[in-house]
Amino acid sequence: MSVWDDLVGQDRVVEQLQAAARAARAAVLAGRGEAPEGNASLMTHAWLFTGPPGAGQVTAARAFAAALQCTSPDLDLGGTPGCGFCDGCHTVLAGSHADVKQVRTDGLSIGVGDMRALVLRASSYPTGGRWSVILVDAAHRLTEAAANALLKGVEEPSPRTVWLLCAPSVQDVLPTIRSRCRLLVLRTPPADAVADMLVRRDGVEPEAARLAALAGQGDIDRSRRLAVDDQARARRAEVLRIPLEVADLGGCLAAAQRLVDTAKADAEALAETQDAKETDDLRAAYGASEGSRAPRGMAGAVKELEKRQKSRATRTRRETLNVALGDLLGFYRDVLAVQLGAGGAFANEDQRPAVQRVAGEGAAENTLRRIEAVLACRRALDRNVDPLLAVEAMTVALRAG
Amino acid sequence: MARKSAPDDLLAPLTVAVGQEELLLDRAVAEVVAAAKKADPETDVRDLAPGGLQAGQLAELTTPSLFAERKVIVVRAAQDLAADAVKEVKAYLEAPAEEVIMVLVHAGGAKGKGLLDAAKKAGAREVLCAKLTKASEKLAFIRGEFRTLGRAASPEACQALFDSLGSDLRELAAACSQLTADIEGPIDEAAVAKYYSGRAEATGFEVADLAVTGRAAEALERLRWALAVGQPPTGITYALASGVRSIGRLATAGRNLRPADLARELGMPPWKVDRVRQQMRGWTGDGVAAALTAVAEADAAVKGGSDDPAYALERAVVAVARASRISSRPY
Repeated sequence: MSVWDDLVGQDRVVEQLQAAARAARAAVLAGRGEAPEGNASLMTHAWLFTGPPGAGQVTAARAFAAALQCTSPDLDLGGTPGCGFCDGCHTVLAGSHADVKQVRTDGLSIGVGDMRALVLRASSYPTGGRWSVILVDAAHRLTEAAANALLKGVEEPSPRTVWLLCAPSVQDVLPTIRSRCRLLVLRTPPADAVADMLVRRDGVEPEAARLAALAGQGDIDRSRRLAVDDQARARRAEVLRIPLEVADLGGCLAAAQRLVDTAKADAEALAETQDAKETDDLRAAYGASEGSRAPRGMAGAVKELEKRQKSRATRTRRETLNVALGDLLGFYRDVLAVQLGAGGAFANEDQRPAVQRVAGEGAAENTLRRIEAVLACRRALDRNVDPLLAVEAMTVALRAG
Repeated sequence: MARKSAPDDLLAPLTVAVGQEELLLDRAVAEVVAAAKKADPETDVRDLAPGGLQAGQLAELTTPSLFAERKVIVVRAAQDLAADAVKEVKAYLEAPAEEVIMVLVHAGGAKGKGLLDAAKKAGAREVLCAKLTKASEKLAFIRGEFRTLGRAASPEACQALFDSLGSDLRELAAACSQLTADIEGPIDEAAVAKYYSGRAEATGFEVADLAVTGRAAEALERLRWALAVGQPPTGITYALASGVRSIGRLATAGRNLRPADLARELGMPPWKVDRVRQQMRGWTGDGVAAALTAVAEADAAVKGGSDDPAYALERAVVAVARASRISSRPY
């Protein structure tokens, strides 16, 4: 199993990254005087991975980082970097490689302090003698000051430092940074590729995998969640009941309340499973055991962790609501496709009767106005409008059509 | 166990003043002190500020003096006493000294509850000084003040005073005694208006109640007051939204539910259900929809979407008032 296996339907990107990793290896060997310099232009010091949500920017960046650190003996025989088994690949994927630093945030932004520390790190030589990789997950969450600090590092690269930035789109990154990066655009992974991966890797039944892949609309994480998590499926089904319920006002208000409650419960469930594990891990790291005194310094660390978990819960709640809106959007997209007689795959294959029914009840204009309402709700949530109020405004707009 | 003291026995050996309304607590203490002084002008009053009772001090204070004079010991903020001091007070309650009147001022609540329970068990006279929360309680307080001062005030005057001063009891009490001193003859609305005008308190919920009953002008006036006294705009949009939402919910709730079930279903107390039912007249489904949309826009506007939150709120209030009169599609 190589590190590239998790990248679904991104063949061209994979090719480009593999070529870059080969060139990078040649450069390392040339530095040691063991081999001639290869085509150095295939490798560069800063990469920007963009693509639709869930397409796998971070997966691609991590695979590339692993390939740069790959120590497989096969490489000498012309193997592809990124075997997935050697020490280098394994530790990078596990997040414990000394020369790969991943920057991510659970909160809402990455501050300038973190970035300044990184810029310092970027000017030092890799301990393993290959590449010092800095992976910024969610570069769009950098504050402006942080982005400008990052620019310093990207602008004056040390020879063996590689920056890997991930963002949803090019516009989310400062133009000054963008112009110093090589841009990689991941495409929306095709549904059958996603379904294939679900079957192969998670052992999902082919039919269920197909439905989940369609429903995820290109978001791999979402598809996997739908495929393996009964609760996520049940909640999606509940969200997709909304279009059938908004005919009367009582239904609108109830649906809005339920949607907000569901989003909240969903975020809480996700946080609960993660929070408990993280807290346990932290306790284990401090050597705490049941029934004995708490080790010195643990209470403070646990408190700090809880603060972060709380801010993460807030963010998750928002994002979960966004997922529900995405489901609704997909539903009305299918309705529109039926109304206009367009072919193509349904996102909501499992909800075909409901789609047909809603399509039969109104005209394409109504559907377009409803799609507008869902998008307006998403904007309102971004602007921090009270979630219940924003969703209510949406459901009453869905009722009006 | 000691016999419980009568509630009107100001010279009871132990009095607990329970609650968080400062004015009433002070009055309860002052009453006891005044009564003690009346009984014996030589009374020694020891008023211990919060945190003033140190361990060991109580024994010193309660030791009978050479001249057998009466003593009043006031312990303020008894809920915050240190554990040692609490132990001593409890021990004292078991064996109280003669000629000593003790007043414990306690906030109630869970903190320091042990001491309060011990005091009650020891037969303390209890004076309740809970915060007055409802407007009707505060109006009753104003009327009581005038009565105590020996003057009659019309109900309108009491209401006017309450509107213009707000809910701080100290301020209300001071105003009552001031009015009594300044005005000869009956105290009526005009007399109050001469000295007090304006409005000390206006909440988003008052704005919402006026708006959903279609009284746009009054709602706008109340909105201006609410903004003037510093109500946050987001709170006002919240109140408007919940006002409209309750109407929508109640109007579409099951018709044949019993009142108690209905209240539970809607998550509102029964009195609120009755009130919303009155506000519901004239509303239609489209009205609720239009009003909710307008309030949602205003919420975005007050959270940075517009330069002028006040104007956005005014528009929302007018839209809600107007929506209450839309006569078209039912729910």
